[in-house]
Amino acid sequence: MNLADLFQVTLPETALEIAALVVLIVDLGLLRKAALSTRVAVAALLGVLGTVVALCLLPCAGSMGYSYGGELLLSAGGFTAVAEAGILLLSLLTLLLFIGTSFTRHAAEYVAVILMAAAGGLIVASAQDLLIIFVGLELLSLGLYVLTAFNKHSERSSESALKYYLFGGMSAAFLLFGFSYLYGIAGSTNLHQIMRAAFFASASDGVPLLYAALVLVVVGLGFKVAAVPFHLWVPDAYEGAPAPAAAFIASASKVASFALLVSVGTATLHALDGLGTSFFIGVHAETLPKYLGLQMPWIQILSVLAAASMVVGNLAALAQTSVRRLLAYSAIAHAGYMLLGIAYMDMSGHTAQAALYYVLTYGLTTIGAFGVVQVVETATGSDKLDAFLGLHKRNPLLAAVLLILFLSLAGIPPLVGFWAKFNLFAAVLAVGAGPVPFALVALAIAMSAVSLFYYLQVLKRAYVLPAADESPIKAHPVTMLVLVAIAAAVVVSGCLPTILQNWIVQGHV
Amino acid sequence: MLAWTIYLSFAGAALEALLPEARARLARWLALSCAVVGLAIAGVDFFTHMGAARTVLVDLPWVPAMGIRFQLAADGISRVLVLLTGLASVSGVLFSWNIEKRTGQFFAFYLALIGGVYGVFLSYDLFLLFVFYEIAIVPKYFLIAIWGSTRREYGAMKLALYSFVGSAMVLIGLLASYAASGSHSTTLIDLAHANLPVSAQMALFPLVFVGFGILAGMWPFHTWAPTGHVAAPTAASMLLAGVVMKLGAYGCLRVAMGLYPHGLDPWGFSVLGIGSWRDVFALLAVIGIVYGALVALVQTDFKFVIGYSSVSHMGFVLLGLMTLSQIGLDGAVLQMFSHGIIAGLLFAIVGRIVYERTHTRQLAELETMHLARRLPFAAWAFVLAGMASMGLPGFSGFVAELQVVVGSWTLNPVWTIATAIGIVIGVAYTWRALQRAFFADKQPTAEDHPKEGWQSMGAITWPEYTGVGLLMGASLVVGLYPRILLDSIEPAVKALLAGGIQ
Amino acid sequence: MSALPILTLLTLLPLAGAVVAVLSGKRARGVALITSLLSLGLALYVWTLVPANGSIGMVERLDWVHSLGVEYHLGVDGLGALMLVLSALVTLMAADAAVRVHHAPNLFFALVLVLEAGLFGSFTALNFFHWFLFWEISLIPAFFLIKLWGGPKRGPAATQFFVYTMAGSAFLLISFLAVYLATGSMDFTHLSLLASTGELQQMIAAKLGPISMWLALGVLAGFAVKVPLAPFHTWLPDAYAEAPTPVTMLLTGAMSKMGVYGLLRIALPIFGAEIARMRTPLLVLAVVTVVMGAWASVVQKDLKRVFAYSSVNHLGYCLVAIFALAVPVSGAAQQASQAAALNGVILQMFNHGLTAAALFWFISILQLRTGGLRGVNDFGGLRKPAPVLAGLMGVALFSSLGLPGLNGFVGEFLIFRGVFPLSWQAATVSVLGLLVTAAVILTVIQKVFSGPVPAQYANFPDLDASERLALAPVIALMLILGLVPQLIVDSVNPTVVYLLTHWRF
Repeated sequence: MNLADLFQVTLPETALEIAALVVLIVDLGLLRKAALSTRVAVAALLGVLGTVVALCLLPCAGSMGYSYGGELLLSAGGFTAVAEAGILLLSLLTLLLFIGTSFTRHAAEYVAVILMAAAGGLIVASAQDLLIIFVGLELLSLGLYVLTAFNKHSERSSESALKYYLFGGMSAAFLLFGFSYLYGIAGSTNLHQIMRAAFFASASDGVPLLYAALVLVVVGLGFKVAAVPFHLWVPDAYEGAPAPAAAFIASASKVASFALLVSVGTATLHALDGLGTSFFIGVHAETLPKYLGLQMPWIQILSVLAAASMVVGNLAALAQTSVRRLLAYSAIAHAGYMLLGIAYMDMSGHTAQAALYYVLTYGLTTIGAFGVVQVVETATGSDKLDAFLGLHKRNPLLAAVLLILFLSLAGIPPLVGFWAKFNLFAAVLAVGAGPVPFALVALAIAMSAVSLFYYLQVLKRAYVLPAADESPIKAHPVTMLVLVAIAAAVVVSGCLPTILQNWIVQGHV
Repeated sequence: MLAWTIYLSFAGAALEALLPEARARLARWLALSCAVVGLAIAGVDFFTHMGAARTVLVDLPWVPAMGIRFQLAADGISRVLVLLTGLASVSGVLFSWNIEKRTGQFFAFYLALIGGVYGVFLSYDLFLLFVFYEIAIVPKYFLIAIWGSTRREYGAMKLALYSFVGSAMVLIGLLASYAASGSHSTTLIDLAHANLPVSAQMALFPLVFVGFGILAGMWPFHTWAPTGHVAAPTAASMLLAGVVMKLGAYGCLRVAMGLYPHGLDPWGFSVLGIGSWRDVFALLAVIGIVYGALVALVQTDFKFVIGYSSVSHMGFVLLGLMTLSQIGLDGAVLQMFSHGIIAGLLFAIVGRIVYERTHTRQLAELETMHLARRLPFAAWAFVLAGMASMGLPGFSGFVAELQVVVGSWTLNPVWTIATAIGIVIGVAYTWRALQRAFFADKQPTAEDHPKEGWQSMGAITWPEYTGVGLLMGASLVVGLYPRILLDSIEPAVKALLAGGIQ
Repeated sequence: MSALPILTLLTLLPLAGAVVAVLSGKRARGVALITSLLSLGLALYVWTLVPANGSIGMVERLDWVHSLGVEYHLGVDGLGALMLVLSALVTLMAADAAVRVHHAPNLFFALVLVLEAGLFGSFTALNFFHWFLFWEISLIPAFFLIKLWGGPKRGPAATQFFVYTMAGSAFLLISFLAVYLATGSMDFTHLSLLASTGELQQMIAAKLGPISMWLALGVLAGFAVKVPLAPFHTWLPDAYAEAPTPVTMLLTGAMSKMGVYGLLRIALPIFGAEIARMRTPLLVLAVVTVVMGAWASVVQKDLKRVFAYSSVNHLGYCLVAIFALAVPVSGAAQQASQAAALNGVILQMFNHGLTAAALFWFISILQLRTGGLRGVNDFGGLRKPAPVLAGLMGVALFSSLGLPGLNGFVGEFLIFRGVFPLSWQAATVSVLGLLVTAAVILTVIQKVFSGPVPAQYANFPDLDASERLALAPVIALMLILGLVPQLIVDSVNPTVVYLLTHWRF
């Protein structure tokens, strides 16, 4: 056990933890008498500093990962590095959104929890061992439950946090149970060992147990990514959590969860890697039937989840009157699109890259969306559709940001949301797995068309319908800066997708 | 050079969006200058490249990893349609001169729409074409929803969703072709050479054709058009009926027929005389012609008459496309131009000149207003525009419709007769609208005029004169000397037919 | 092609005049008078340039829409040139008669000039597209002239006029489209050449099937409405009655001749054989037109309707002659009869145009002096207070009756001279028409001019100097042409001979 190696690989996580501690100390020690806004600002900025340091330390983690006993526990570099950088960046933005809010007096605690949850996310993204996965997930999830409950003045906040916690706890139990089966089959907690064992097990009739294990694991992971039918916590959590926290839930944790799914999927795909060539004299790994091991059930289950999420998410969003719940259901729908990419991963890794691109840009856009909601809520006290009436008069810049972000979510070019969808669907079709993925892509595109309706409902309120109240809406300058920066990034990476694309592709292993 | 029409429009749109609320005059003049410069570029390019083959304007790699290029090119057909867009955009700005509410935002959306339209006509990369096609959807929604009239929110949403559904179908086709051709490139030329298997083409062709056909007002997916056009403010109606519907037809030609030529082959079996997708869409086009005309005949709202007449006229375009003959395709493209001008003119007169002054579009009410005496300019302009719409010789519609009819005769004589009947009904409904709106003789009673006094109706302003003159002149010039356009269209159509649309 | 494009200029002249008229406000009548005078001069000039052998001259030819076989092809022979002169003359007369246009005179005279341009265009066109363009163009101003300045029932009258003529035009268009599809050409000279060798029928049968008879019917339908041929004439009395009288002059003097000209230029040369096969029913209809027109004018109470039906009758003679001469040639005597008949048709076209226009001019004078009265029984004994009016109008009336020595006689004489040998039955029954017409005209003269003078007309103003100046040349022309018809016949006859040699029945 080479602790130096472990330390090196987990430098970013360490930085985050240290930052959390620093924030707590500074607030507790130095700022007891200061005004809330100052404390919030200082805490947030320290948190930002921490994430920046972690970002800078990412390359130091190397690209070999950390292995113990010949088994890879934590991966690093390449794909993982991209996911981790994404998580850190998104956390940074949510921290910036925290500045100027006043929903809690425990500013430092809030920032500390975010940082620790982010650390959990980093672990999840790099984990290659079942136990590490679980630890990371729990670290992340516990932080998220707490964040949801942070607004002590709001009943809804506590209620939704409780729901989130109960649901999450139960799915963690399912996950652990599934993990135990997998361990039972493979005799190891390493993902790659498990998948290889699963391959042989399925070749020798151990299939029912595998299916059960897979289903249980999917329950656990499906909850994290907000897939149907494990999505019931999403609308309440998004509605109840304070806006910056909701932004974090919707973005950084999603990135972590999808990165985990990609790791599992890659392990499934590359189940036969690393075996000695002597084992396959005269036979290439690619010519073996693709659907041995867990690949077939993986595709099946995830396709069903993806299709259900797309349909339920979009259709349910049509009926919403609260913008937060609308964003929640749209999150479920977007999770469906992303799951489609995860379901059809192949050797070239294009779908994995496309899914990662999607989740990163979706996270960015969602943070912006919640930022706008935050501003409107603070000014009008409500997140209903009618709170947005006349926004173009009350704050034209905010309305323009809203326009860009929501159109990007709807998938209108030349914004990044469109490119992410196109990229993902093209990658899925390029896998060439027959009519089923084609039908699913068609379903996805059809559901995107449906989504335009409800996004336009919000934009209609902002731009078209007459306002009841025309007083200007003020937003904190830092918030506006963040929102404008996000909108600009959405436009620029939509027009010039290669910028982000190249970064992700280079990272691919 | 031609690509600057796109850039300039979007730049203009961005500038307009930043203008403060109160500077309406500045907004108008800025929009007019952008539109006029666009028209000038289009016109100069058109006349210097008459009969020239396809010229590539811009060719830059966009996403090299996926073979997507920012490729703009123009052949004869594109140039004609770009010229149409120029004319329509200038007259649209002129007819919107009186908009006072949120003028800057209006012209921002307007110029963004124009930029998208220019982009579609000039794109030679399917991905880029799709991007511009979708860019055009959102401004349409806002133009109608904010500045429109009858049932504007419903009309705007219906239009936006129908267009989006259509483009979703196209996206599916695009992704499928891209994947099936090996995911190397999305340029039209490369995809056309990909030689997809016939079974794939047979499936993708109807999908993409219907996707574009929805925007072209193909029956029975046309229902968004009358509602949307009536709800839209005048300039938007002019653009929608005049140019945006042509986006759909252009897509049908350039993309659906260009990439999947074997989709038009006979199926090998036939049901009630229909043995290929070509027959299906030709039949739908004919139905559209007759249905649109019949429904226009019974409308009570003046603008609805024009809206349904647009559906009918677009049927000619689609029928011409399905003839797959030189003369039929020439007629289809010429009809695209001709109807673009004429529809713009009709909506301008009905919406801007009449409605803004009389505040009613109901024929029953207009009958009592003696408009021939009080708005003689509108009456006579509508006479000429109506003659053009009817397809009277001397105007652009006659040659176009004649070519389509001649082309469709070889395809199916029975349908040609139905089309001819459609033309006759076209005369009837235009006649009826003209009579009732302007030249009726009913004496008004005291209760008939709650909306305004029996005074003068307001002088015709210079933008209205200029706009009418511009459009009318264009229709007359093309009607009397169709060669001016046909010299560009014919070689382009010939190249298309030789390239594989058989 | 380096020669001056006179025919194009002739057609453009009234269009330019129309633009000037619109902008001239109250002075539009003057503009119209000057323009029509100039076009009359130009038309006379064209008449002198017609080739002596009767073929088509002053040809202008340009490619227009090659893919549809459409060319800008103009040309005139004796027939066309005579029609040009007639149109210009009638327009001049109409502008002269329109002394009081109560509203928008600039628009009124502009429309009149556009109508003149339409007439010129259709009389010079040799390609179907061009001809059809002007055929339709002349309809629009006529419609609006009736609709906006007409009498109390002008709305329905105008609509009926428009709908009937449009319907006929639709059939024309379809038939010609079919011809184009079969032959690839829309050129009248080329098509008549194909027809004269029988090739046209073969091409139609080969490409489209045995439908040449239907095509001929379609073409005839268009002209049958315009001339008119019974029973497609029902639009005419209302349109003539409700139109303002100067417009009626144009309708009867020139527009009705478009139909006859079309039969001579288009129907007979291209579909001669089919018409010959349908000759008997067509003759029957023509004779019915003659007789019905005459009888119907007897019972009319409105002077305009009397002469409307009388126009139907007079043009019926043209139709009888046209259908009668549609027989395959079989001998010199028959050829002579055909030539006579055709000469008669052309002369009748000109003379009736002149006379009918003059008659309606007089009616408009009567209307102006009595505040709009135009009933047969509204007047009486006007010979006493207005002798000059009575005299000049009498000459015109007698010319319409067909009195030898006046221009109306020559055409009718030649027609009967030609038709008798070709179809004595038609000629005999048509004589009835002559007799009835005589009765009608004499009755009109008696009721309007002779008898006791009613009190209100004791001081009926006679023609003043300007009216006499305007009307005298017209009446003089009637006399001259009646006494010296060679003036016209000499230039028309070569065309007649030329046409007959090229027509195949």
